[in-house]
Amino acid sequence: MTRPFRSLFSGIARRALPLVGACLLTTAAQANDNPHDPYEGFNRAMFTVHEGLDKVIVKPVAQVYDAAVPLPAKAGVGNFFDNILDVRNALNSLLQGKPGDAASDVGRLLVNSTIGIFGLFDVASELGLERHEEDFGQTMAVWGYRDSAYLFWPLIGPRTVRDTGGWLVDINTDPTRGTTRKSVAVRNSLLAVRLVDVRASLLPADKVVEEAALDKYAYVRDAYLQRRRNQIYDGRPPRLDD
Amino acid sequence: MKKLFALFLALFVSATVVAEEAPDVLVQRVTEEVLDIVRKDKDIQNGHTQKVMELVDKKVLPNFNFTRMTALALGKEWRKASPQQQQQLTAEFRTLLVRTYSNALTSYKNQKIIYKPFKMAPADVDVLVRTEVQQPGSKPVQLDYSLEKVDGSWKVYDVVVAGISLVTNYRDQFNQEVRNGGIDGLIAAIAAKNKSLESAAKAEKK
Repeated sequence: MTRPFRSLFSGIARRALPLVGACLLTTAAQANDNPHDPYEGFNRAMFTVHEGLDKVIVKPVAQVYDAAVPLPAKAGVGNFFDNILDVRNALNSLLQGKPGDAASDVGRLLVNSTIGIFGLFDVASELGLERHEEDFGQTMAVWGYRDSAYLFWPLIGPRTVRDTGGWLVDINTDPTRGTTRKSVAVRNSLLAVRLVDVRASLLPADKVVEEAALDKYAYVRDAYLQRRRNQIYDGRPPRLDD
Repeated sequence: MKKLFALFLALFVSATVVAEEAPDVLVQRVTEEVLDIVRKDKDIQNGHTQKVMELVDKKVLPNFNFTRMTALALGKEWRKASPQQQQQLTAEFRTLLVRTYSNALTSYKNQKIIYKPFKMAPADVDVLVRTEVQQPGSKPVQLDYSLEKVDGSWKVYDVVVAGISLVTNYRDQFNQEVRNGGIDGLIAAIAAKNKSLESAAKAEKK
């Protein structure tokens, strides 16, 4: 990717995405002292909706799934979705100028889709091919769109304006999209299983967050923003001043 | 006189030996010691909070610098607190961290800790020790410790899980409380949280 294109893209993204966000949120925007969270009023409302849905539907289903499905099957489900995500990881490694990582991601995909039986087993990790968690939100950050306002969506969870845009790109470039476009039922079941699987993997963290946080909304927000920063810098973020 | 001198020398030597434990060695030793006990103790595996907290108190806490942790959590506001407020704040924050994260130990099952290669210059006084938690059926989780050298021995002042600092993640919440009710308001807020956790734990036992 050439530099002019890169800066053009990040320029467009930087202007257009917040605009989309702002249109959505003009009614909800609220004066606030956290520079990362200008839409705190809207976000807190969405967080309450999310927590309500989670308590009534998502968490109980995830708990049943967690208790009923044996560990090898759960691992298989997780691996299956992770394997598909390696397409996204490879693409974004490449876009971030890391061809070595991209090649390794393609290697993972080939190994796991064949020897790993459609991704049910993560053979590649056993072989020492490390997984790289890369998505389009991170790619935009690497291209220069660093700071972005925090947004919270019910069911989807914490994002930023940038990461919401990135997430939309990610789901629209998902390789299963071609096959699932023909069948709404297949697509929806896949989406539901994925949601439940992800939620179930987060169950052990529930109690810690619940107990540790003075303000759960702020705890989750700041944890998300720290985690993203860590991902953008591939696990080695520069130190922030005290 | 000679004997006394020998005793002094012995004390001095043993003190330097303790002080010279490298930070990565310290992290590995304490982690393995604690996990070894957890692996053998059925009470802890069944969620016996009191027993876990005793274990953490004895093995883990001596290696932590809670004053530095509290200062880091609070940021700039720390310097505005009086020495007495700093002391109270540290005590309450310590209680909160110990209670919440001791509970995480009770869910310890079959995890394996990988210690990443560690390098430091002899003059370093502030280092990062990197580890990774591997568990069957889940993705590995990055678990890093920041340590600083205080009076010749290494103390942990931050724990970073998957890139999330358990200490600085409190910065905004703490500053919000300080804006609302000053340093004393923050102390009261953490104390109230500790009280409610304690009574919830008691109710759970009954």
